[in-house]
Amino acid sequence: MFVSNGPVERIRVEVEGIVQGVGFRPFIYRLAARYGISGWVRNTPAGVLLEGEGERSHLSAFLRDISAQAPPLAAISSVHSETISVTGEGGFSILPSSGGENSAQISPDCDVCEDCLRELFDPRDRRYLYPFINCTNCGPRYSIITAIPYDRRFTTMERFAMCADCRAEYEDPANRRFHAQPNACPVCGPRIALLDSSGREVMQGGGGRGHDVLLAAVNLLQRGGVLAVKGIGGYHLAVDACNEEAVANLRRRKQRDEKPFAIMAPDLARIDSFARCSETEQRLLGGPERPIVLLPKREATPIASLVAPDNGYFGVMLPSTPLHHLLLRNNFIALVMTSGNQSDEPIAYRDSEAREQLAGIADLFLAHDREIHVRSDDSIIRVFHGSPLFLRRSRGYVPRGIRLPAEQPSVLAVGGELKATVCLTRNDRAFLSQHIGDLKNSATLRSLEECVAHLEKILEIRPALVAHDLHPDYLSTAYAVDLPDLPRVAVQHHHAHMASCMAENSLEGEAIGVIFDGTGYGLDGTVWGGEFLVGGYREFRRQGHMRLVALPGGDAAVREPYRMALSYLFDAGERDFAALQLSCLGDVSAQERHLLQRMLERGINAPLTSSCGRLFDAVSALLDVRSRITYEGQAAIELEALAESAVTDREYPFSVEEFAGRLILDMRPALVELLKDLALGVPRAIMARCFHNSMAAATAGMCERIRCRNGLNRVVLSGGVFQNKLLVEGTLNRLAELDFQVFTHRLVPPGDGGLALGQAVIAGCMRREAERSTELEMLR
Amino acid sequence: MDNDLILLGHGSGGKLSHQLLSDLVIPTLSGIPPAGQNDAAVVTHNGQRFAFTTDSYVVDPLFFPGGNIGCLAVNGTINDLAMMGARPLYMSVGLIMEEGFSRAELKEILDSMRAAADGAGVAIVTGDTKVVPRGKADRIFINTSGVGVIEHDLAIGGNCARPGDRVLINGAIGDHGIAVMAKREGLDLESDIRSDCAALNGLVEEILKEGDAVHVLRDPTRGGVATTLKEIALQSRVGITLQERALPYNGAVKGVCAILGLDPLYVANEGKILVVAAPQAADALLERMRSHPLGREAAIIGEVTGEDDRGRLEIDTVSGGTRAVEMLAGEQLPRIC
Ligand SMILES: [Fe+3]
Ligand SMILES: [Mg+2]
Ligand SMILES: [Zn+2]
Ligand SMILES: [Zn+2]
Repeated sequence: MFVSNGPVERIRVEVEGIVQGVGFRPFIYRLAARYGISGWVRNTPAGVLLEGEGERSHLSAFLRDISAQAPPLAAISSVHSETISVTGEGGFSILPSSGGENSAQISPDCDVCEDCLRELFDPRDRRYLYPFINCTNCGPRYSIITAIPYDRRFTTMERFAMCADCRAEYEDPANRRFHAQPNACPVCGPRIALLDSSGREVMQGGGGRGHDVLLAAVNLLQRGGVLAVKGIGGYHLAVDACNEEAVANLRRRKQRDEKPFAIMAPDLARIDSFARCSETEQRLLGGPERPIVLLPKREATPIASLVAPDNGYFGVMLPSTPLHHLLLRNNFIALVMTSGNQSDEPIAYRDSEAREQLAGIADLFLAHDREIHVRSDDSIIRVFHGSPLFLRRSRGYVPRGIRLPAEQPSVLAVGGELKATVCLTRNDRAFLSQHIGDLKNSATLRSLEECVAHLEKILEIRPALVAHDLHPDYLSTAYAVDLPDLPRVAVQHHHAHMASCMAENSLEGEAIGVIFDGTGYGLDGTVWGGEFLVGGYREFRRQGHMRLVALPGGDAAVREPYRMALSYLFDAGERDFAALQLSCLGDVSAQERHLLQRMLERGINAPLTSSCGRLFDAVSALLDVRSRITYEGQAAIELEALAESAVTDREYPFSVEEFAGRLILDMRPALVELLKDLALGVPRAIMARCFHNSMAAATAGMCERIRCRNGLNRVVLSGGVFQNKLLVEGTLNRLAELDFQVFTHRLVPPGDGGLALGQAVIAGCMRREAERSTELEMLR
Repeated sequence: MDNDLILLGHGSGGKLSHQLLSDLVIPTLSGIPPAGQNDAAVVTHNGQRFAFTTDSYVVDPLFFPGGNIGCLAVNGTINDLAMMGARPLYMSVGLIMEEGFSRAELKEILDSMRAAADGAGVAIVTGDTKVVPRGKADRIFINTSGVGVIEHDLAIGGNCARPGDRVLINGAIGDHGIAVMAKREGLDLESDIRSDCAALNGLVEEILKEGDAVHVLRDPTRGGVATTLKEIALQSRVGITLQERALPYNGAVKGVCAILGLDPLYVANEGKILVVAAPQAADALLERMRSHPLGREAAIIGEVTGEDDRGRLEIDTVSGGTRAVEMLAGEQLPRIC
């Protein structure tokens, strides 16, 4: 019996956010015990509800600690408390869920926590070396949930009956594994197995922890073999990252020539041996989300050169499951861990499908019998100016909600086409899906459909309308059009980019949007991509853009940057392609030169574009960095890497004209200067750097002119080109000098991976306004 | 954009054309449901079934490697009748000429019309000639109509594809569209690319010997193989999967398409036929087609995979993936962001 000294009060507290399946109720239970508070706690549809009775000062400390000391996986969005009348009840209990609609947010997948990791390597622990150790503070979540509420029977752990020991932990409110839904041990839980592509076990025994299996897998990797490893969101293909031959072999088998492979290292110390890593980057790497972080390479590294050829960066991650820890610790400096798929197929996640798809690539499969219900690729982050920028937001972050500036009707937004993600909204929350991929691939398109259905189910969202891109031929547009009975909103591509950046920064009202992108369908039917927009969610005006040039061959011009070099040269007056002496045209035949010239002269399949990405491509080709690409953005990425190796403040000139009320940014003067430098033999790195400088200066110049027109001082930077660190930092500096307030992406990718968020906000806002005006109508 | 305006895209044979037809033209004129759209109408008189069709030709340039607007106008209408499994019998010709058009060129066009009709065993039995003032038409436009008799009771039509069926084509894809474009745009091609313009009724007669194994006959003209197969998939409510490896191409056409950035699957053909037929007859049919002069390069290019209300058309690519093929809204537009 607790004896109190001061006046006793009772409070009722509602906590919202990610508070279920993260050990929140046991945390409250322990906290109540600490402060001698009686009462109860339970899960509700919206989160957690609790009542506490005790001395006033204890209650306020209790309340403070709910937010301050919440479990690591919890993400509290609001705490609301009120004083109610005292009941005098004693003890503190965890009550069963209230049932009914369950809209509490589901937490993302998470790496092993410190406590579990200690147990994993403690020979006295009953889970010593057990690859599926977890607790309420860690382990799989989103990827194993089949339905809601988040409960073991609605996860892929359903088929494993807990042993008496596990059950006891699961039922003990004081235990770290109280209601840890994936709780398991070597006696009762999932097991690993080493299989060949026919599904036959090549390694037996080792008991529940499967230590022999693990040793055999490590052995294969040490001999240079390719191992498919089942992770949280799908299969990875692993080889020893320090074994040049093994990496070459993997490239051959995967038919992937140049795109960098991600690597996984056992700890930060190992990472430090091959890459430079700031404090922010260390924090990101070590966080429970376990993303891939792009880190600058060190001069001499033990990592095979074929891991990331012609690239200044390694994509690095730390282990994201206990199995990874077991594989890597004491065994490897790093493993290549690239997604287990064939060319454009989505990442394999079902066992039989993975074996079929990866049969010709992997020598063996390190699999297990805990099913992955939802596939998700690894997230990729790059740190800019000290803050993280998502290149891909996926595992570890989904389905965490993003707060919107205002409540809005529920919207489904279906994103772009190449780096598709979808977004669902409820009230003032947006839930952006994991990376889905290139929809032109049929399996990927089907996985979009599955993803939408699953998210609608577990988030309990019934969208009132669907938002899609304005592009008539995007497969996501076709998908939206085919949805029965849902009103549709078509959103212009770059408006969506702009809105996505505004929304994650909680901006309201109007701003200047600088959208530097590849290509997107414009309102006027031309191809946009270097845009200076002004507006908000509901509407926008195109205040300026880059000068139009032709895109000879449409998408072929994206795959072959030398075409853009020719297009820019044509725009600058060049009329004799046959005689052109440029190293990037070395292997371009006379027939191709002739046809390209005719295409530009006659406008044959050469749509006009204001794309900024294509200008980077053109410069990359002119400097002979890259005239044909094998992965998206390659020409610009390698141009940036080259520019980073030079230091100069010099910038190339540009000019701005006004046409039909719009500002046209003309970079031809820069190209003319660059061609002069080229003829003079100026180092290519210097030219690349000057070009980056000039783009930053031009951007600032355009923003300044736009501010003169309308007084707007806030600038948002979005679009795939802003994955370029040098450009972002240069632009930020120049805009800051001019006292602009600049906003960049922090929560979603600047490229098409973040597009769906913008679409969702625009559609939601338009709908809200429409509803408001009908209400006004009715009042009249 | 002004919704009242007819755009060039409305005549492209793609999504816009379909919308215009199903939203405005068909409901206003006859009310035939769009799912019943075929190359020609089938009418019955005194128990005898006839196919009846009309088509207008506005091709620029008038003369191109492998043919001209005249043989195109005759063969096009013959083919539309043949695609219904009909034996073409009679044709009409309507000429609309711009004041100042050359008599010699007219003669050349008429000669090739006559030759095409004779070759196909069809009689041109009626016609009409109009001349409009300079600038009111572009040199010459030709309309042809045709009637043919259906002498079998096979059910052939775009809605008759069934799961398991095989898809066949009689030869290389995309020649006509590229030949015409090369001429129009003054492209200097290293290799000779000629239109495949031909009358297909003879080949169809041969194909029909496979009887009720033949379910769909279609000529992939405007919009190309992709659009035509997508139409079939939608009309039959089935999914179709093509094998990229099996698609027959003339190497030069493929090379030029790669440079132009065009997908040959959307490029027009004028002497090609897509056949959807029961799987057990596919090999025999292939042999039959190959034995005909217009089918020497015939190939089995795909398969009807199953029922599918959305009429999914997919292609298994040489690199190992499967890609969706859609009907385009208009021109081929860039989509990589
Ligand atoms: Fe984009
Ligand atoms: Mg026709
Ligand atoms: Zn843990
Ligand atoms: Zn157990």
